[in-house]
Amino acid sequence: MPNITYISHTGASRTVDVLQGDSIMEGAVQNNVDGIVGACGGNLQCATCHVYVDAACLPTLDPMDPDEDSMLESAAAPRQMNSRLSCQIRVRPEHDGCTVRTPESQ
Amino acid sequence: MTGARCGRRSLSNAVSVVIVGGGHGGFQAAASLRAEGYDGSITIYGEEPHLPYQRPPLSKGMLLGKQEERHAILRPAEFYATQRIEVVRGRRIASLAELPPSDWVILATGARNRALPRDGVFYLRTLGETAEIKQRLADARDVAIIGGGFIGLEVAAAARALGKDVTVYEAGPRLMGRVVAPVVSDYFLAQHEARGVRVVLNSTAAPEADLIVAGIGVVPNDELAREAGLAVGNGIAVDEFLRTSDPRIFAIGDCAEYPNPYAGARVRLESVQNAVDQAACVARAICGRPAAYDAVPWFWSDQFDIHLQMTGIATGFDRTVTRGDVASNKFSVFYYRGGELRAVDSINRAAEHMTARKLIAARARVTPEQAADESFDLKSAILAG
Repeated sequence: MPNITYISHTGASRTVDVLQGDSIMEGAVQNNVDGIVGACGGNLQCATCHVYVDAACLPTLDPMDPDEDSMLESAAAPRQMNSRLSCQIRVRPEHDGCTVRTPESQ
Repeated sequence: MTGARCGRRSLSNAVSVVIVGGGHGGFQAAASLRAEGYDGSITIYGEEPHLPYQRPPLSKGMLLGKQEERHAILRPAEFYATQRIEVVRGRRIASLAELPPSDWVILATGARNRALPRDGVFYLRTLGETAEIKQRLADARDVAIIGGGFIGLEVAAAARALGKDVTVYEAGPRLMGRVVAPVVSDYFLAQHEARGVRVVLNSTAAPEADLIVAGIGVVPNDELAREAGLAVGNGIAVDEFLRTSDPRIFAIGDCAEYPNPYAGARVRLESVQNAVDQAACVARAICGRPAAYDAVPWFWSDQFDIHLQMTGIATGFDRTVTRGDVASNKFSVFYYRGGELRAVDSINRAAEHMTARKLIAARARVTPEQAADESFDLKSAILAG
């Protein structure tokens, strides 16, 4: 299973195996990783699974669809170039080793 | 969102909170208490055998087999252990007298499906019911859906996507008639029919089919409150701080009837947003930071590939205007009452929906003419307030 590393705004790091096909949000929630809420269950309704994706991982991601783009505008923490909603990133083998950072607020 | 510590009268004397109901609201109340820095004890009593789970996927991805039970479970057992939240499962509380003594009680008892007076009809609200419907769906050739509301139409869409012969029987003259304008009802009727779903309106027939699923609304679980002598209306009656008539007892989510500032009336809402935001509001109150609940209501329904997103409370609207071309499958409907914008429904327009939430929150002034004019920048109205 691909490894995903989650780093909180305080620097706490957790690396977990995420089942292929699950989202990075689901990987966090199911493994009790702090910093990702996922209140709407991955339906692009709440922007509470906002993450900053590390540069090394960015090229492996599919482009964002317009709905994710508009939801990110409503995220609680500032949007950056590498902002994504982690519910929209379905984990594939090439995401193995990816690191995402979680913002201070969701 | 972490505040100062709370939940302790002294080093050795902790406060206790008991939450009745292990759904999304009950879970969120516990999680929000910890996030607020609450240090006392938390016990959740849930009726079902599962850890708290979210219900939206039940009528959508789970029936289609795109999501499994583990995707619906909100947090793993480890979360409750590390957060020191005790979850008592499979326990139905019939009287508040059964509960251990506590400083605060949060009633998050939810609602149950309204049932028809006939056998052989299935209802969808729990994981168990979903598993049963999914299994029966696999063997069914034809499916009858009683009720053309959100649940009925979502199940219809899923069943049709699985290749079933699907008929929806709606007692009223249009789909989702309780909550959306005729233009939205008509759009969804056309979309369902275009995908091969038969829709029979104004029907109180008792259909026969291999599988019959009814989604005809819910009844709030307010018996505990009644038995305890708490005020009850259409659900457990609470004030703007979500307190019942006993100020130590709160009620949140589907079971609670509260004064909603956007509706200008007491309402009882059935949504994830309502459960989650009310839970957070109560957690803050318990931590000594009470504030009147005024979160903007929003809802969603996915049917086939159509995303319907709603915000505000449309009840009592006297005018609607449509922004965008219905034929393009991307449009929004603005609801007015007495000249004021009350609600917006967006179809396949996520960005506009997010803007609409802000418009409703800001009580923004957008005239019907502006709303209908796609060259008018809605965001400018948020700033103008």
